[in-house]
Amino acid sequence: MGLPLGATLAACGSPGPTQAGAGGGTGSGEAPAGSATYWYLSTEPQEGVRRRTMERFNKANPNGQIVGTTFQNDAFKTKIKTAIGAGQAPTLIWGWGGGTLRSYVQAGQVDDLTSWFDENPAVKDRLFPSSFGAATVDGKIYAMPCETMQPIVLYYDKRAFDKIKAAPPESWGDIMALVPKFNEAGIAPFSLGGQSRWTNMMWLEFLFDRIGGPEVFQAVFDGEKDAWSNPAAIDALTKTQELVKANGFIKGFSSITADSNADQALLYTGRAAMMLHGGWTYGGMKQDGGDFVSGGNLGYMNFPPVEGGKGDPGNTVGNPGQYMSISSKATPEQKEIAKKFFSTELISDTSVKEWVATGAVPIVNGANSHFAGSEDADFLNFVYDIAANAKTFGQSWDQALSPTAAEVLLDNISKLFQLSISPQQFVESMNAVIGK
Amino acid sequence: MSALATSATASAKAGDDRSRGGSLSWMALPALVFFAGFGVIPLAGVLVLSFTSWDGLGTISFAGFDSWRSVLSDPGLPHALWITFLVIVISWAVQTPASILLGVFLAGHQRYRAVLSVLYFIPLLLSSAAIAITFKALLDPNFGLGAGLRIPLLTQDWLGEPWLAFGVVIFVVSWQFIPFHSLIYQGGVRQIPRTMYEAAELDGAGRVRMFFSITLPQLKYTIITSSTLMVVGSLTFFDLIWVLTAGGPGDATRVLALDMYKRGFQANLMGPASVIAVILVLVGLALALFLRRLGGRDNSHSQLEGM
Repeated sequence: MGLPLGATLAACGSPGPTQAGAGGGTGSGEAPAGSATYWYLSTEPQEGVRRRTMERFNKANPNGQIVGTTFQNDAFKTKIKTAIGAGQAPTLIWGWGGGTLRSYVQAGQVDDLTSWFDENPAVKDRLFPSSFGAATVDGKIYAMPCETMQPIVLYYDKRAFDKIKAAPPESWGDIMALVPKFNEAGIAPFSLGGQSRWTNMMWLEFLFDRIGGPEVFQAVFDGEKDAWSNPAAIDALTKTQELVKANGFIKGFSSITADSNADQALLYTGRAAMMLHGGWTYGGMKQDGGDFVSGGNLGYMNFPPVEGGKGDPGNTVGNPGQYMSISSKATPEQKEIAKKFFSTELISDTSVKEWVATGAVPIVNGANSHFAGSEDADFLNFVYDIAANAKTFGQSWDQALSPTAAEVLLDNISKLFQLSISPQQFVESMNAVIGK
Repeated sequence: MSALATSATASAKAGDDRSRGGSLSWMALPALVFFAGFGVIPLAGVLVLSFTSWDGLGTISFAGFDSWRSVLSDPGLPHALWITFLVIVISWAVQTPASILLGVFLAGHQRYRAVLSVLYFIPLLLSSAAIAITFKALLDPNFGLGAGLRIPLLTQDWLGEPWLAFGVVIFVVSWQFIPFHSLIYQGGVRQIPRTMYEAAELDGAGRVRMFFSITLPQLKYTIITSSTLMVVGSLTFFDLIWVLTAGGPGDATRVLALDMYKRGFQANLMGPASVIAVILVLVGLALALFLRRLGGRDNSHSQLEGM
């Protein structure tokens, strides 16, 4: 579950923690007295940016250092939860905000940062306003938005569209009309890493939004009774199964995982024509896809509208940012270091430039001034504009919901795509876990 | 220590024939301490947790039978039990004959068999996670073995069709563990006295007859040992299935151990996860006991009568 920052998790590597930064040598969770601890994900190129950001901070603050430890994506999710439950959390708790953050807040494990943001308006104003939603629980801010915004994007292979002499879809009807054409040409219409489950979820997120608007999922999030029974939800679920039945997704999609990047490979090797995926896959396809990206073959667009739908086609879904909270178990000195890190190096111009260099858009206002000269300027501007113009930047459902509800959701989504349950059964199972 | 000393003397007094065993009973102490520390105490903790409500983060609150009620009324439980049962039975049925045949074959002292037995042993040296990742890559419908060699038969949606995925799990499990059980049978076969075969040969028995009349009956206890390991082992299969299919597609390969992990560590429901853990322990104990009974507890019964 969850959206990996970069999905290039070579799962063969050692999942054990690796020390980096100042000091080092101490066990995870421990640090020399007076240093703050920081756990983060080990996926490149993001790991390098995080490490260098921390190192610059340590260089500038010899008396208040941060000690970093890296983890792989899935190892991190389990480890951080266990560590927090055991009172051994690092000072800086990194995550995706939303439902998981809410569970930390309910357990009293993270500090309320609302007053700190009030005292430091410069920090708050520097960040994208849409990024604060997932950091806010019951009107209070419990996390510092950081790093990059990652909307879900509809990627397509221009070569495939040339081959069947068609234009990229402008509506759901276009999508359904393109499916048989691509299948006839021996190209799968859509690539999908279905075993990862959250990959399928992105389809529902967009269809719900385009058909019924962001209110449909908001009602679920707010815990309204039977919120999933909304006719828009049934319509979206039915449309999804229609696409599956029409062979819209590559054969064998349930065997494919996003962690191995096989779904991206299907797009850049020309076996699939389109792919709905996170903004972070751009960097992966550029790196692994030969001249696919540099040769101008990769197209990208926001998800098209659905005929008669109520949602604004400018809306997007995905990760509005990443989030860093401060453990309430940390010492006052550690908390001071953490806050200093938040207000200085974490959002410094150098960090912003480094994030841009990875092909991602930092959640900083005016980050687009750094795009000029980048060979990815087109894509970066595209992502920036989506995020800046979206009326609603919906958070990934599995991150927004509580871990308990998210697990049931992913389970049912997987069955929905298997066609082993009907939209009605999906709605019933999901209504049963509303508010849990 | 004094309690220990008393118990040692007490058992020493119990009878002359048992005095040797009694004086050595302290040797079981280190194992007992470890068993208590890493087995019994955590087990008690899980039992307690099964009556509580805990998300792994906040405070643990007593919840009575809530978790038990929610798990026992969840249709996911009979499904997970059924899948676990199928994994146990089918993987036993596949592994046992193959292991016995391989074990008998490898028991011969010919040099080429020694070489083969080393080769057969290799899967056992690999970690389950590594095996699962490798098979996952090989079975990839687009970039795997079938697609690479252009063999349509191998280009299936191996992990995406419920029954295919289940079959793959059984296959990989067998691939990994047949070597181990072959090794057990190899040792078992080598223990059978040669004179039995010589006598049978004199009576004019053929190889097949000797296999069914001597080798198999003589392997009775080896079969029980190996079966116990297999059954209890497959009850707790986790790593391999987790990496290979993550319980999917849907819940087609979601065995009890996976169900427990998903509830506990993904859905943050430690109470219901503990309930499943307790069920796992009970089922495991029952199966182990059943297999012991199957072996017969009559110590006076000998397989080497008349030798």
